[in-house]
Amino acid sequence: MIAQQFDYTVAASVAEAVALLQKHGDRARILAGGHSLIPMMKLRLAMPEMLIDIGRITELSYIKEESSYVQIGALTTHHAIESSVIVQRRCPALSEAAGLIGDIQVRNKGTIGGSIAHADPAADYPASILAFDAVVITIGPKGERQIPASQFFLDLMTTALEPNEIVRAINVPTRTGRSASAYVKMAQKASGFAICGASAVVELDASGALAHAAIGVTGVGNRAFRATETEKALHGRKPTAELLRAACEKAAGGVSALDDIHASAEYRLDLVRIFARRALEKAIERAGN
Amino acid sequence: MDVKITINGKLYEKDIEPRLLLTHFIRDAAGLTGTHVGCETSICGACTVLAGGLAVKSCTMFAVQANGAEILTIEGMAREGEMHPLQESFWEEHGLQCGFCTPGMIMTCHQLLTRNPSPDETQIRGALDGNLCRCTGYQNIVKAVQSAAGKMKHRRGAAAGD
Amino acid sequence: MKPRFVGQPIKRKEDPRLVTGASAYVDDIVLPGMLHMAVARSIHAHARIKSIDTSRASKLPGVRAVVTGEEIAANCGQLPAAGDIKNMKRPVHHPLAVGKVRFVGEPIAAVLATDAYVARDAAELIQIDYEELPAVTNPEKAVQQGSPILHEEFSDNVAYSFGWENGNTEDGFSKADTVVKQRFINQRLAPVSMEPRGVIAAIRMPENELVVWSSTQVPHLLKTQLGLMLGIPENRMRVIAPEVGGGFGSKLNVYAEEALVGYLAKKVGQPVKWIESRRENMAGTIHGRDQINDVELALKKDGTILAMKLKVIADIGAYYQLLTAIIPTLTGLLAPGAYRVPALKFDLVAAFTNKMATDAYRGAGRPEATYLIERIIDIAARKLGMDPVDIRRKNFPKPAEFPFQTSGGVFYDSANYEKALDRALEVADYKGLRKKQAELRKQGKYMGIGFSSYVEICAMGPSIAMASGGWESGTVRIEPTGTVTVSTGASPHGQGQETSFAQIAADELGIDMENVTVLHGDTARTPYGIGTFGSRATAVGGTAMYLALQDLKEKMKKFAAHMLETTPGNIEFEVGKLVMTGTARSVSFMDVVTSAYVAKKLPPGVEPGLEATRFFEPSNFTFPFGTHICVVEIDEETGEPKVVKYVAVDDCGNVINPLLVEGQVHGGIVQGISQALYEEVVYDENGQLLSGTLMDYAVPRAHDFPMFELERTVTPSPVNPMGIKGAGEAGTIGSTPSVVNAVVDALAPLGVTHIDMPLRPEKIWKILKLGRAS
Repeated sequence: MIAQQFDYTVAASVAEAVALLQKHGDRARILAGGHSLIPMMKLRLAMPEMLIDIGRITELSYIKEESSYVQIGALTTHHAIESSVIVQRRCPALSEAAGLIGDIQVRNKGTIGGSIAHADPAADYPASILAFDAVVITIGPKGERQIPASQFFLDLMTTALEPNEIVRAINVPTRTGRSASAYVKMAQKASGFAICGASAVVELDASGALAHAAIGVTGVGNRAFRATETEKALHGRKPTAELLRAACEKAAGGVSALDDIHASAEYRLDLVRIFARRALEKAIERAGN
Repeated sequence: MDVKITINGKLYEKDIEPRLLLTHFIRDAAGLTGTHVGCETSICGACTVLAGGLAVKSCTMFAVQANGAEILTIEGMAREGEMHPLQESFWEEHGLQCGFCTPGMIMTCHQLLTRNPSPDETQIRGALDGNLCRCTGYQNIVKAVQSAAGKMKHRRGAAAGD
Repeated sequence: MKPRFVGQPIKRKEDPRLVTGASAYVDDIVLPGMLHMAVARSIHAHARIKSIDTSRASKLPGVRAVVTGEEIAANCGQLPAAGDIKNMKRPVHHPLAVGKVRFVGEPIAAVLATDAYVARDAAELIQIDYEELPAVTNPEKAVQQGSPILHEEFSDNVAYSFGWENGNTEDGFSKADTVVKQRFINQRLAPVSMEPRGVIAAIRMPENELVVWSSTQVPHLLKTQLGLMLGIPENRMRVIAPEVGGGFGSKLNVYAEEALVGYLAKKVGQPVKWIESRRENMAGTIHGRDQINDVELALKKDGTILAMKLKVIADIGAYYQLLTAIIPTLTGLLAPGAYRVPALKFDLVAAFTNKMATDAYRGAGRPEATYLIERIIDIAARKLGMDPVDIRRKNFPKPAEFPFQTSGGVFYDSANYEKALDRALEVADYKGLRKKQAELRKQGKYMGIGFSSYVEICAMGPSIAMASGGWESGTVRIEPTGTVTVSTGASPHGQGQETSFAQIAADELGIDMENVTVLHGDTARTPYGIGTFGSRATAVGGTAMYLALQDLKEKMKKFAAHMLETTPGNIEFEVGKLVMTGTARSVSFMDVVTSAYVAKKLPPGVEPGLEATRFFEPSNFTFPFGTHICVVEIDEETGEPKVVKYVAVDDCGNVINPLLVEGQVHGGIVQGISQALYEEVVYDENGQLLSGTLMDYAVPRAHDFPMFELERTVTPSPVNPMGIKGAGEAGTIGSTPSVVNAVVDALAPLGVTHIDMPLRPEKIWKILKLGRAS
């Protein structure tokens, strides 16, 4: 199908993109990789009057390693994240999430900034963004903001981004010591999006107990969420099979689950329990090695 | 809007609507119809081309986004009348029937073999996630990729030995 | 002469153009002055059209015409629908809706513009004012009193009812030791050929001929039907099926858009193109299956089948397309499957519902039959405590009993069911699999082994059983310079007959394959024919060509005999020459060809030239068969099933090119597995299509399957001289039940006897959860 007509302009820099957004207001949308927006435009589910293409701002495509975090530029593609040695080593869950998005072609073109700004409830990244307590760095006319992941995803296709703001980068705090992460998912058979995706970030103390355990879940509710009950049940305890099983019983918390032709709410809620545990098991095994 | 896009080494300069999809630029403006359109939701992969060396779905890109880019399509795979090893192998292994998905398949497999010259069966099947085929059951496509990988390795070896 | 090509895995002549992107599908064809059509479609499943405002669309720059239902109804005939079932209700079916719409996606208006983008914009500007009506999407509710009625000219939504009984069913049931009953749902599927449909039409001089390029499986039938609809004499119609990107039955039809494009090209005097989007394809191209089957099987306690009752409710959608009415009737013919079922009672009710029409989708009526018999026999085996292999073996007719008359009312041509079954057991290592299953069960894991010993009805078919004739045509011309042109009335679209027909022709004539060109898909270049569907192109179309080749060989023998001063009975074909039997004397192929064309020394009573056309009318269908064994493993937590091993032993009679047969089987198996596990067209109760894009309708991917293990047995068919049975649908027909049988087998320890398709993880998860709870 064919998109409605629109005006198109290329932003050469972040500052220009922000200025253009401010100038054109509601009628404009930011185009990055286009893999969230263009399919919707072709089905005329999105009909922006103007696109501001930030795809050529190469300085937004990078992966930078710092001692306590990894910073990923908004225009870094899923493929770059999937294949980055830094990401694989420091935050494997994010690398796994990137590698499970769509397909090779989509990963070559789609960007992390575009994906999280779009906030599809079944997107893969949000589970890991939440589990890592990542920080979304946005830029707008008033300058930069650092939005904690927990405050970024607000609802179905809705984020804390102001209308004239764009995502500039994501800071992913990483842990030292015996820590690791993992992402596992059940994909919707047709689209490849997550019916349930779970990301676990763990750290073991010297005794082998869980000094830290964070679990993010995507695909299940209107937005990704943390399995806080499970995290509490795990904190400071040795991750035996029984403990993981019991703790994950509460992983879905009180979330109201999506219900569609691909999976009922009841099924999605049960998958949370299963995939939260599987993500934890994988992360713990990695941390132990 | 005026764009310059190089396809298979040839420069095409056109004044286009921003909403023109890259796939339609390739097919209509450049007249290269080997790149096909099989869906509008970025699933089927029949429109796959390489843009700047990266396999992309040309139906999920506006041509303006490719302004200044180098595109490789199925028509650019054979050199001096000699088929690319992937084309040969798809033929030899009966990796196609109706042929509609084939150009996109070959372009994706080209990307795969560039990144991973010796993929195992699971890796090949995974790499084809973005390309649907309704005829072959993928069986002979997997064989064709294995065969092409062998051929390309052999040719590289022969070239290195020269 | 020993065959040099037939039976060999020869790579296809078609492929060089396809792997290089050089080939032309409909959308690749550009004509000077070509306009583009877009269609405005119903967003409601059932509504009265109160008004259509086309003014904004008409005013858009670049728009050349906007047409609505009244204009088309006045100038164009209705869409054709085959079937001569006695009480069949025939609703009015115009290419564009008039007054009322009956399914989401029904065409309401068409726009013609200079550019495809503008045409789409204009279609979006057409304002349709609807009065929504209650919709009905459940076929059982549709036929009940009080249901919303789709076609007001009728009193209810029963499209037709149909039935028969062969043998004495009640007697069989009265003697039964046990009766098993089950309701099976054969869900609605979308064919999803990778190339969506597309049509171009143009008036061509000097004859004012309407030339139509269509992505079709049946160019000749389309020519006849479009000519009738558009009021164009058939001798001024030409239909070309260029490269066609798959069909699977969905392009065995005459569609509204084909008529609209033809009408508009005539109206404006310029070429018109329409290319279907995938969303239109999901909503407005025919669907397949969609039957509810209530089955009862009566057996003796040793597993012998005595009788069967089958009640079918077919959800055919809002209108008939070409073969809509016929497809469900085929289910009855094949219901006994590969077994001796002494009596069968078949009752069928077809219901109009607010959905797209169902029609032929790979297998077409026969996968439904195979599914129900292969499932019910497994259910019977489990109830009787028999191995699924033993109950099948017990009820197979023996090879000597063929031709075997079934209670489905057909004569199976030839078979050795046990041989294929035994080979499959051996290849799969059945004993080893059962051992492994027992071990896994001890570990709390679910693995299942499923069988399907199928038979199918192919090589469609004798004309008596076919709405528009079941014969096929073939012309062979040996050109004066010795190359050979074959033209077939069949219309391959991926099956590879340019290669397999060339193999046959080259072997028959003793020439090289490079010297044979096979033409198809153009009504001006081929003899009138029926088309490619029902696994018929090689068995029926190939035979027509084979007969034409025999005519030419006889004629060439007369020339050679004349040249060698002997009688034609003493002449044999060898490679490159015709030889006098038992001697070293010969004349070259080329010399004989030359002599036939220069015609200076014609044998007495022999005409010059070397061209022959034959029409082959088969005496029967053919009945390929085989056994498929599927092994699945199930994730005991999520319920996800995974096919881990797949063995198929098929018998499609003699094989021209094993590479092509394997390809057909591979693709068929995947479509069949996919019905079992993934695919489903879903409408909600208001008739909204919820699976309208490939984001929601799951076409399987490469990672969903293991490598299949294929073998063949060969039982030639007596129906045609080459002994071919056909291979296009076997994979699809055979595979679906083996997958469901495997999943049910895996879950048998939980007391599961049946699960409806598609076997989505959630359905299995529910069972596992209940199992754990108890």
